[in-house]
Amino acid sequence: MASSTVETLQSVIQPYKHGFVTEIESERAPKGLNEDTVRFISAKKDEPAWLLEWRLKAFRYWRDRMLPEGDPTWARVTYPKIDFQDAYYYSAPKTKEGPKSLDEVDPELLRTYEKLGIPLKEQERLQGIAVDAVFDSVSVATTYKAKLGEMGIVFCSFSEAVKTHPELIRQYLGSVVPYSDNFYATLNSAVFSDGSFVYIPPGVRCPMELSTYFRINAAETGQFERTLIVADKGSYVSYLEGCTAPMRDENQLHAAVVELITLDDATIKYSTVQNWYPGDENGKGGIYNFVTKRGACRGVNSKISWTQVETGSAITWKYPSCILQGDNSVGEFYSVAVTNNRQQADTGTKMIHMGKNTRSTIVSKGISAGHGQNTYRGLVRVSPKAEGARNHTQCDSLLIGDKCGAHTVPYIEVKNRSAKVEHEATTSKISDDQLFYCRQRGLSAEDAVSMIVNGFCREVLKELPMEFAVEAQKLLGISLEGSVG
Amino acid sequence: MLEIKNLHVEVDGKEILHGIDLSLAAGEVHAVMGPNGSGKSTLAYVLAGRDGYDITKGEVLFQGKNLAEMSPEERAREGVFLGFQYPVEIPGVSGLSFLKAAVNEVRKHRGIKELDAIEFLKFVRAKLKMLEMGDDLLKRPINVGFSGGEKKRVEVLQMAVLEPRLAIMDETDSGLDIDALKIVSSGINALRGLDRSMLLITHYQRLLGYVVPDKVHILSGGRIVRSGGKELALELEEKGYAVLGADAA
Repeated sequence: MASSTVETLQSVIQPYKHGFVTEIESERAPKGLNEDTVRFISAKKDEPAWLLEWRLKAFRYWRDRMLPEGDPTWARVTYPKIDFQDAYYYSAPKTKEGPKSLDEVDPELLRTYEKLGIPLKEQERLQGIAVDAVFDSVSVATTYKAKLGEMGIVFCSFSEAVKTHPELIRQYLGSVVPYSDNFYATLNSAVFSDGSFVYIPPGVRCPMELSTYFRINAAETGQFERTLIVADKGSYVSYLEGCTAPMRDENQLHAAVVELITLDDATIKYSTVQNWYPGDENGKGGIYNFVTKRGACRGVNSKISWTQVETGSAITWKYPSCILQGDNSVGEFYSVAVTNNRQQADTGTKMIHMGKNTRSTIVSKGISAGHGQNTYRGLVRVSPKAEGARNHTQCDSLLIGDKCGAHTVPYIEVKNRSAKVEHEATTSKISDDQLFYCRQRGLSAEDAVSMIVNGFCREVLKELPMEFAVEAQKLLGISLEGSVG
Repeated sequence: MLEIKNLHVEVDGKEILHGIDLSLAAGEVHAVMGPNGSGKSTLAYVLAGRDGYDITKGEVLFQGKNLAEMSPEERAREGVFLGFQYPVEIPGVSGLSFLKAAVNEVRKHRGIKELDAIEFLKFVRAKLKMLEMGDDLLKRPINVGFSGGEKKRVEVLQMAVLEPRLAIMDETDSGLDIDALKIVSSGINALRGLDRSMLLITHYQRLLGYVVPDKVHILSGGRIVRSGGKELALELEEKGYAVLGADAA
């Protein structure tokens, strides 16, 4: 078969658009996981002793107390047992030193990001979004750093922040997700490689969207990034996260940790468009996306808002959560999760109400097609002191075809009599009537599905920043390609 | 424009239409009347190409092309419009964005430049003005929470915007109060034209008091039992279906 035909066929059969591999020389830690691996990573990053100690504490906790029990099994997902010794825990493009500016970044890497639609050089010239690009285990470039620096905003790779702002890292690292939190978060604490760090000083409204773009490239390598965002009193920041990976037959582990902290009157808006490789239509390959994301509204009147569009990954296991400590603090979770073919998602949130008059909103839209299995799992907890707490939860599921599944598992624990907690849930199918109505007006069946799905997700998509919303809409269409016969 | 020849249609293996012949010239408006269960909606659906409505014998030619060989969306792009008896709700999709997508599919098919958001808005405003309608309904998710009258008005608006060559209006008058009926029928009248044919499918003759057809066909038990001029509708009103050789409703 001519190579162009193969390409054409592939683009029809396999709609994943980011499945290419970048040929670049990389340096890896020896395969497997032991104390030496942890020391190797820490040494590579030239880390201070306290951080190595923290990593080792996490590693020992994981090895001695968690590994014997095995990874968590309560989620509604199935996968073969992971051999944690049969993977690489560190992979970095070979360079002499960390790049000082974009001009020093390997052109091959710049081309990779360009191909992914993120031209770093352009991005620096065009205004609007500052990007931290993370390739396998390291941050390769951060744009707009100087301009943000003038306002006192810190936006850099995690490794760099350890060197330049050790006091902030020491104060906040692990303060929301402790090293002993859960199986994958603890593993991450031991071997995390890089990620982004953001600090917004008091009273500063970050003038542009900050964004991190994660790319897994190397084979047999896990990605363990760690993101920490601190919004000081009265500050505001909107942060975006995007992810892709090449198509590979093996499953790859992605176990990230994200910690957010808002002090008095501060707001963090965190948006994710997750498009890791989902595996092929028979469920071969794809990313295991086992992520712990949690924010603490420490200050009064503070707010954390999570928006996620999850279309990729073979398995998604994540529950971006808010701990509402400050009085009058607000937590929000807006989610779209798509499972097509053999994808599985078990995702939701935790809203922990501790302060008085804390409020939370949960809007979850699950879309299942093919043999996809989609579970919403969410906890709303009102502690005894959370006088006047309010929550509204809305969970909607949309089914396409008759071989997929949608499941809703809400946990509600209320220990204060003044609390008001509401939970609404619906399940619907794209009806033949809807499809025929759209087709009678001239839309193809696939465009009709895409339109109906986008309408179904509108409440969530409108929470995304403009540029991201457009991308997410397209992505929803692509992810469901081939879902109607 | 439309030639229906000896059309037999099956639904779920059961024959519903037993040989329909109907010829509709360009610019003509025909009414198809009949009691419940006579096959009126089946005729509408089979013309629009709904799955499950199978032509077992006979043929339908639209502008000389065999309709049976076209998908529903191809028929729509060629200019077949069905005004639904029960317009469908699509949550979260505004009437404007729905119609914009539809109009551009038709334009793409006809090789005309697609309209961008601003051009489309201008285009729609002109149509709204012609039909003396406001744009409030179009800003809302299509048909969601609309009253019966609002749904039918938006169907007529969609017809105006899509500029079809053949419009099939399936029970557009059902469930309307007299004011809504007047609005909807003046919309239909405004859209009559030399290059547009219409098939009005209705149970009662009251719509025909406002939209005067060129011809009336009476459908009963899956066959056209009588055809005539507009006076046939009045006769029907007086005597009822039974007298005209149709099964009573």
